[in-house]
Amino acid sequence: MDPLKRLEQEIKKCVKCGACRAYCPVFSVTGREPVSARGKVALARAALSGDIRLDARTRSDMSKCLLCGKCVEKCANEVPTDLIVLAAREALARKQGKTLFHRMMGFLLRNRTLLTGGASLVSLLTPLLFRRIPASSGLRLRFPLPFVGGRRHVPKLAAKPFLARHSEVIPGEPGKPRIVYFVGCMTNFIYPEIGEAAVALLKSLGCTIIIPSDQQCCGFPALSGGDMDTFRELAEKNLSALESHAPDYIMTACASCGSAFHRMYPRVLGERLPALAERFRALAEKTVDAAELLQKLGLHPRQPAGMPVQDITYHDPCHLRSRGVVRQPRELLRALPDLCLVEMKDADACCGLGGTFTVHHYGTSLGINARKTAAIKASGAQTVVTGCPGCMLQLSDGLHQAGSKARVLHTLEILARSLLKKEHVDPSSH
Amino acid sequence: MLEARILAELRKIAGNINVATEPQDLVCYSYDATQMEYLPDAIVFPANATEVSAILRLANRERLAVFPRGAGSGFSGGSLPKGGGIVLVTTRMNKILSIDTDNLVAVVEPGVITGDLQDAVEKEGLFYPPDPASLRFSTLGGNVAECAGGPRAVKYGVTKDFVLGLEVVLPTGDIITTGGKTVKGVVGYDLTKLLCGSEGTLGIITRIIVRLLPLPETRKTMLAVFDSIEGAAAAVATIIRGRIIPTTLEFMDHSALKCVESQFSLGISAAAEAVLIIELDGERDVVEKQTARIGQLIRPLGLIDFKPAATAAEAEELWKARRLMSPALKKVNPDKINEDIVVPRSRVPDIIRRIEAIREKYGIPIVNFGHAGDGNIHVNIMIDRSIPGESDKAEEAVREIFQATLDMGGTMSGEHGVGLSKAPYIPLELSPEQIAAMKAIKHALDPNNILNPGKIFPE
Repeated sequence: MDPLKRLEQEIKKCVKCGACRAYCPVFSVTGREPVSARGKVALARAALSGDIRLDARTRSDMSKCLLCGKCVEKCANEVPTDLIVLAAREALARKQGKTLFHRMMGFLLRNRTLLTGGASLVSLLTPLLFRRIPASSGLRLRFPLPFVGGRRHVPKLAAKPFLARHSEVIPGEPGKPRIVYFVGCMTNFIYPEIGEAAVALLKSLGCTIIIPSDQQCCGFPALSGGDMDTFRELAEKNLSALESHAPDYIMTACASCGSAFHRMYPRVLGERLPALAERFRALAEKTVDAAELLQKLGLHPRQPAGMPVQDITYHDPCHLRSRGVVRQPRELLRALPDLCLVEMKDADACCGLGGTFTVHHYGTSLGINARKTAAIKASGAQTVVTGCPGCMLQLSDGLHQAGSKARVLHTLEILARSLLKKEHVDPSSH
Repeated sequence: MLEARILAELRKIAGNINVATEPQDLVCYSYDATQMEYLPDAIVFPANATEVSAILRLANRERLAVFPRGAGSGFSGGSLPKGGGIVLVTTRMNKILSIDTDNLVAVVEPGVITGDLQDAVEKEGLFYPPDPASLRFSTLGGNVAECAGGPRAVKYGVTKDFVLGLEVVLPTGDIITTGGKTVKGVVGYDLTKLLCGSEGTLGIITRIIVRLLPLPETRKTMLAVFDSIEGAAAAVATIIRGRIIPTTLEFMDHSALKCVESQFSLGISAAAEAVLIIELDGERDVVEKQTARIGQLIRPLGLIDFKPAATAAEAEELWKARRLMSPALKKVNPDKINEDIVVPRSRVPDIIRRIEAIREKYGIPIVNFGHAGDGNIHVNIMIDRSIPGESDKAEEAVREIFQATLDMGGTMSGEHGVGLSKAPYIPLELSPEQIAAMKAIKHALDPNNILNPGKIFPE
């Protein structure tokens, strides 16, 4: 079935009031209607009625979406513009074929061994391929690859991916919750220290930690490029890999992976695969963000708070904000001894990464990010904390390019450092 | 399709990237919030008055229609390119040029978002009161052209009450200024007021001087629930007779409460026939005293519940039912005809009763809410256009509602304007002589009828 046809009723829900113009980060930079949520829905409708073609121009318009979900949250008529954009991208990929970038990515994501091997190879060759940048927060290298653009700065890949470091089950105390940890590619290959912090924190709470070795990429990057076959394959593999352990919770520490489980599996795949719909729904219900879970499990500081010695600020990842995970990370951070949480302006504004968006629209991505960087600088905080490794990548890049010395940490990292009193939870990653 | 030489000239004026003609562009500038659609031939995004002037000179010479557009969030089709032509979008002209704290005025370009101006002046302790529901995305140029209102009109008035002066490009391409930074000014005709609410038919606004007020110290929200619409209407009159002018007096009648409650189960009492949301602003102690006074004044009027909000979060909670109105309506029926009639404040219960009778007669859901404080009622006729005959029935209901409104000394539109959607009805409200006078003005300024043709006047 035509992916757009499937969403025809949702597309018709848009009454074109224009309220989404106030919230779309891409529109705020470009200012042209086809980029706004209302415009994209209108284009989807025009494509359905044959008034426009699924051509290169339509592809370009539909690619200008971060899938941040702000328009969906703010829409009085509950128009799921994110799903409509994804359907349009799928229709475009079917009609025109996938882009080279998405073909390569789909291939790698479906072939886990190759992906892991490739990552190790890149990590090994890093000194030859990339130029090291003397940066305060370390880890940053220039990434002169096609697709990514010569200007972006990224951390180097982990010498040993996170999943290769731990046994599948780390037993905890009896009677304590069983947590299945879905690691995600960014943590696995780039920021393993997030995973180490997750393990250390859950251990401190006595939880049994299960890190299924057959877990895959969540599939969001494939979905975002309209590659439904890869998305579906990965989702089905994850479903089996995660649910077989009968967990109390499935924990993610990547906002976007969590969003894939929460929204995309049930909404995008549930309808197409009725036999799996119930299982996808159950998976979504069990999935919790790490901050949400740690708060629920009662993580709290062991020593009384002293005078705060450092200001930190928190950036809301879109894919946590849209799930209502806003209060929990802040409450955890406020309880930390020695640290003082200061709010930046528009903490819930998108960082501009948008997964593969940044690959296709690096300039716009940076334009959106510039406001975020300015807000961080204005907050005066020397550390930015956030709950998504994707945001971390983008925030680091923006801050670095703006000459800021502020460092970027995951919520779990700062919690582990502060509560477990270990300067380096994972020495091997530094 | 525009001729290639004309497109070339447009591109020369505004730059290549500021002229759009691909089908995707045409689709995206074919609509506004009315859900009517007319494809333009081209869209141009000028950067300043000089470019606007050059475009209008070209259009006037070539007899091409030009349709000014801000955010495209209008409710009457005022910006729609019916018949084709050039859509001229003002959103690139989006700078706040100055905020003058000595003279309490701000000078802005037309593409500035109304809410952004409010934020900017509030940082200086100042206040721009007009608050159309679209203020987070609609532009000041559009607000002036349509003379936008809003809930705070009860106390502060509407957009035209805050516009002191304009820079305008006339349809012939001449650039003029009207008014200025002074509150007083009686030299010549008041072109500023004429242009406010002229719906983009007389000129394209390229600069706006607005009047500002000191920002009130505090704002207080309260909710009052009544067992009859008469009680709510009496409350409005009693509060104002009590020499309290709230900033806002919003009401929802039984039809609206039932609609929201059935969709969202907010726990609104079944006995509730009308709700008023009242907001006060001013100095803290005065506002507190007035709140208590309002409670006393309206108690004998069939008051079921009275809730003043203690915090901003509580205030937001009180607004919840009103904010859920739009999604709730959508669940009644897919298509909405949204009228914004006004009657004298005292006639609100009468018009609500008449609309109830019209609802019974035609058997279509009609939901009423709006601004009780100034008699401006949003009448939402909910239909399903895919059912044969529904649209015609709705049109007849609209005509009856308009007639009833006029019979009570009201007007067909308080905020949305005439545009395309109300043009067929204006002979109900305006005499042939009035229409002739207006057309004479239009013809004098736009002899070739190139600027926003087809709007306001019936064809």
